Amino acid sequence: MEADLLEDLKRKANHIRRQTILAIGRLGVGHIGGCMSIVEILVLLYYRHMHIDPKNPKMPDRDRLVLSKGHGGPTLYSILADRGFFPETWLDTLNVGGTSLPSHCDMNRTPGIDMTTGSLGQGLSAAVGMALANRLDGIDRKVYALLGDGDNNEGQTWEAAMTAVQYSLSNLIAFTDYNKMQIDGNIADIMNTEDLCEKWRSFGWRVFRVDGHDLQQLDEAVAGARSEKSRPSMIICDTVKGKGAFFCEGQVGSHNMAFDLETAREAVRRLKEAD
Amino acid sequence: MAGGKEMRAIYAETLIKLAEKDERIVVLEADLMKSTGTNIFRERFPHRAFNVGVAEANMIGLAAGLSASGKIPFPATFGCFAARRTFDQFFISANYARLNVKLTGTDPGITAALNGGTHMPFEDTGLMRCIPGLTVFEPSDGVSLAGLLEQGAYHPGCTYMRLHRKEVPVIYPAGETFELGKAKVLMEGSDLSIIACGSVCLQESLRAADTLRKEGITVRLLDMHTVKPADREAVIACAADTGAILTVENHQVIGGLGSAVAEILVENRPVPMKRVGIRDEFGEVGTQEYLAERFGLTAENILRQARELLKKK
Ligand SMILES: Cc1ncc(C[n+]2csc(CCOP(=O)(O)OP(=O)(O)O)c2C)c(N)n1
Ligand SMILES: [Mg+2]
Repeated sequence: MEADLLEDLKRKANHIRRQTILAIGRLGVGHIGGCMSIVEILVLLYYRHMHIDPKNPKMPDRDRLVLSKGHGGPTLYSILADRGFFPETWLDTLNVGGTSLPSHCDMNRTPGIDMTTGSLGQGLSAAVGMALANRLDGIDRKVYALLGDGDNNEGQTWEAAMTAVQYSLSNLIAFTDYNKMQIDGNIADIMNTEDLCEKWRSFGWRVFRVDGHDLQQLDEAVAGARSEKSRPSMIICDTVKGKGAFFCEGQVGSHNMAFDLETAREAVRRLKEAD
Repeated sequence: MAGGKEMRAIYAETLIKLAEKDERIVVLEADLMKSTGTNIFRERFPHRAFNVGVAEANMIGLAAGLSASGKIPFPATFGCFAARRTFDQFFISANYARLNVKLTGTDPGITAALNGGTHMPFEDTGLMRCIPGLTVFEPSDGVSLAGLLEQGAYHPGCTYMRLHRKEVPVIYPAGETFELGKAKVLMEGSDLSIIACGSVCLQESLRAADTLRKEGITVRLLDMHTVKPADREAVIACAADTGAILTVENHQVIGGLGSAVAEILVENRPVPMKRVGIRDEFGEVGTQEYLAERFGLTAENILRQARELLKKK
């Protein structure tokens, strides 16, 4: 991608990190770790690749995204607000009673959210269903799914993986946020999913492996996946849980963590400095 | 007084105590070991605690296999997943197979709070009550948790326990004994019976009953810790002695405690009755305080419903 665009997207990612840290910090607790590891993946999709219309969030002819790790909602909310799906002030209401921005994604409450998630393992099946519907309706658009590496433990994910290949769903592009951590510890110690690339490959998927914080690498993989004609693609993204939030980066404890607004503001200050 | 201990600590300590005497006892978790508190069980018995990752249905299948080989497995996860995600595995591999799986679902109803609607079980007790022969119970403090958990461990067949895993106020004195299927009378009275279970509902019911007493209305308050089998004699006695029954549950009124009590009443001794609980709605996100207001699980709503009920007597 052109150098200017890459710079713009990097700055966007920095901005989205800051917004998300502040939203969770205002509340005082939340899934900060898994929100930070998916920033670049979602920024690349929502600012470069996805065909969407903030004024018409339910446009039938749109690209869709299923966030199977539904607890990453806050990052997506920061992006949707910035793209104009709803006012930025909504970010102050994260998880407050009566909010339109609940901890886990809810397609009936939040404009721009394409699927309700939060019970892990269900996302990829829904994405497969959407990809099938696009084919039935003659809609030449992509369905993106973003899975967690712990989320991958659920057997349903692998059932969906087989279905997507059975139906040759080349309009389906999935990502695994491979931050190598789940709640109780490192993936390797709790439920090791290695060799992850080999697993997806053996299921019949086209597999890419990239640094999930490198927008250029991500972009090349997405371009490759978009040109695929006969099978679904899985982009395995090596990421760092808590990436960019100094107080929890790389820590298992970042999964669902309490931190105060002061800490959030300090994190924002450091991110601004790095911008 | 709160006693200063979280319910999950009491859950894990009780299991450790049982496991020290009985090597058949094993623990299973699905990436929520820290949440359930059983990491201290694993420290004590590293080879008798299994963490299967985020794979609840698999966990129940494993528990069934362990049970078929003579172990007494204690799998646990959030109540939403314990009941909904594993229902068929628990139904077929554990219950229909007449095995001995002791399932725990944590974070009942509104205590799921900030995890929101996907994580808020208002139907687990109802689902579980439909499984033939299953014992379903919900302790209301640490003393009843330790007592009922031990009984459940040696009760023949599967059990489902609803566990509020945070710290809750103490209701019972240390050493109090419990019997599955036998309700506890927390307050005596003659004008109205309130039947509740779980910490959230019993605490609010206690407050409501206190207010009524100041107005000269006396309440018999039951802790119906075992929702299946519910204490039939105690319910019929409430009907006979007080002539009106109000149930309070952190659950749908469909299928839970209110249904269990209503079923006993209609077949034995119908009296005016009302049910406080969730009215055919999904959960949503918010603090527990917000959700208590939102779904009417407050002393104020219990009072309102009690006053209306008394008019029907
Ligand atoms: C079916 C189900 N089981 C358990 C949970 C509780 N839970 C929420 S996140 C999580 C760990 C997920 O790990 P991962 O997908 O790697 O998340 P990330 O590291 O990206 O935050 C668990 C067990 C859930 N939401 N859904
Ligand atoms: Mg992870």
